[in-house]
Amino acid sequence: MTNAENKIATLDVEGISLQSVSLWQITWRRLFRRISAVIGMIVLGILILIALTAQWLAPYDPTIPMMDMNPPEPAKPRQDPCIHAFGCPKDQPQHIAGTDGNVRDQFSRLLYGARLSLMVGFSTVTFAIIIGTVLGAIAGYIGGWLDNIIMRFMDVLLAFPSLLLAIAIVTVLGPGLINALLAIGIVSIPSYARVVRASVLSVREMDYVSASRALGGDMTQILFRRILPNALTPLIVQGTLGIATAILDAAALSFLGLGAQPPTPEWGSMLGAERNQVFTAPHLVFLPGIAIALTVLAFNLLGDGLRDALDPRLAHIS
Amino acid sequence: MTQYLLRRILASIPVLFGILLVTFIIARVIPGDPCRAILGEKATAAVCDRFIREKGLDKPITQQFVIYMGEVLRGDFGNSIRFSLPVTRLLIERLPTTIELSFSALLVSLLVGIPLGVISAVKHNSLIDVLTMLWANMGVSMPVFWLGLMLAYVFSLLLKDTPFWLPPSGRVSAGIPSAPFYKVWDLTMPESGFVPALYEFVGRLNILNALLTSNWELLKDAIKHLILPAVALGTIPMALIARMTRSAMLDVLGQDYIRTARAKGLRQRVVVMKHAFRNALLPLVTIIGLSLGGLLGGAVLTETIFGLSGVGRILYEAITARDYGIVQAFTVVIAVFFVVINLLVDISYSYLDPRIRLE
Repeated sequence: MTNAENKIATLDVEGISLQSVSLWQITWRRLFRRISAVIGMIVLGILILIALTAQWLAPYDPTIPMMDMNPPEPAKPRQDPCIHAFGCPKDQPQHIAGTDGNVRDQFSRLLYGARLSLMVGFSTVTFAIIIGTVLGAIAGYIGGWLDNIIMRFMDVLLAFPSLLLAIAIVTVLGPGLINALLAIGIVSIPSYARVVRASVLSVREMDYVSASRALGGDMTQILFRRILPNALTPLIVQGTLGIATAILDAAALSFLGLGAQPPTPEWGSMLGAERNQVFTAPHLVFLPGIAIALTVLAFNLLGDGLRDALDPRLAHIS
Repeated sequence: MTQYLLRRILASIPVLFGILLVTFIIARVIPGDPCRAILGEKATAAVCDRFIREKGLDKPITQQFVIYMGEVLRGDFGNSIRFSLPVTRLLIERLPTTIELSFSALLVSLLVGIPLGVISAVKHNSLIDVLTMLWANMGVSMPVFWLGLMLAYVFSLLLKDTPFWLPPSGRVSAGIPSAPFYKVWDLTMPESGFVPALYEFVGRLNILNALLTSNWELLKDAIKHLILPAVALGTIPMALIARMTRSAMLDVLGQDYIRTARAKGLRQRVVVMKHAFRNALLPLVTIIGLSLGGLLGGAVLTETIFGLSGVGRILYEAITARDYGIVQAFTVVIAVFFVVINLLVDISYSYLDPRIRLE
């Protein structure tokens, strides 16, 4: 790392570049120099690991109540956490995060929840980016009345508070995790459409695009090879931060009972199911919330780091 | 300026029309039979037929939309099917709760967020800067409903029997006298129309009403009830505002004219507040406008947790109960509020930065 830095520094002084460094190499290098972004990546890495290995890490099944699974002393609903290493009697079954109202192991449910939350984040944002990119590209490239119609429709979508619009869409589609994902995806389309449209507008009339057109490139080719790569960096930043919002919104919908349905181990619905027990069994509310906050925080830190790393105005850093 | 305003207002008409159309469509495509949803599963076919004819639900959908548009333009949002009350009546009852909640949340976020942002920009890279940014990052990542429950747990249960105890739900405690100002002042009111509606609306804004009637007991109680929901709802905008203030201030503080101001020997406070802060306000106003939208969405969750019957709560219930009238009226009110806020934000630009001319 220091070697590479020195090399670049000396090259800068001479003003000649002997070795080409790609945008992604620079970004990567800058990203690793920001502590907050590194923390975000580490947390995210751990979460992905948990999500991938949940079935081996989880000591119990996350969906099946343990009413009569541990004779002679069956587990009770809403037990306090019992960790053997911290002095919980050995003859009691170990429940690191206690049990929930339906006598399921809260710790196992928390682990499986990571899987759902990451899936929610990635799938909604992928959906929104694809639709948003298509709409934004058409609006920006073709322009005219089509641009007007698409962007005014986006304005209408943006005129509603996103959570309320998502609630309305879920009610139309019917409650459930997939429909909640669709709703959150639809609600977040406008921001991506705007980003893409802005980048398309900024390069549409540039010489190299005209050249490509003069050479007989067809529209899809020009759009995808010449124009849209310019939208990639803002989309990456927006998308990373968008995952954070999507996870929060999905948790909120599930909390209201419109998203994931029981017994699915989703953090928001786990919190919603036990919200009236906050005074008697606070750990059942506390831990899922912490899990949501940590995941969202990781994406926010990474997104902020990416924004700084991809910002050409901060080019002096590398 | 007037010309700009007129053009902006005209430009928002298509958006408002789109909003009406979208709410209308959403309300109609919500699956399920409104008759059975309202009158119960046991409603007979004959009763349902009459119900649907009375509410005009048997007419073609385009005709329903035209009728609906006409009514909205006349300020008539129809009746709530579920409550059998005019929707305007429900607006008068529910809006004050949400207005009080969102404004106090905004107040919390401004009063804490702006000073934090300014301090951490002035003391860049200091411990207080690092802590503020850490807090701001956590603030935008916390789910509102979780924060609300945790606050209730700490302040209503753990701090019980201490002076820091705060009530976990409701707007005022039972038994607190809360006579509305028009009764205290013995105002004579016309039977119906705009004036009594306005009086009642203001009377339901507890804090304003308490101030108007010098009812200090009510004021104290209402504020006590508002603290937890306002903090829960205000945390995300507070974090956003702190971050925005900091980055805008850092931008401005690095400019040449700030160095000039310092070189002139001006005091730090004058440089920061008069030269820097005023110019950092521009991006700040944008983020405040945007936050107000988030506040309304968050209000659904906050009102659910703290047992407040406000706009967010009633809208959520109405959507799930297919109460067309309420869904349409409240979304329109919220969306119009949005459009107005955006307009205000744009207008404030030219006051904050005279170089921006609105034409």
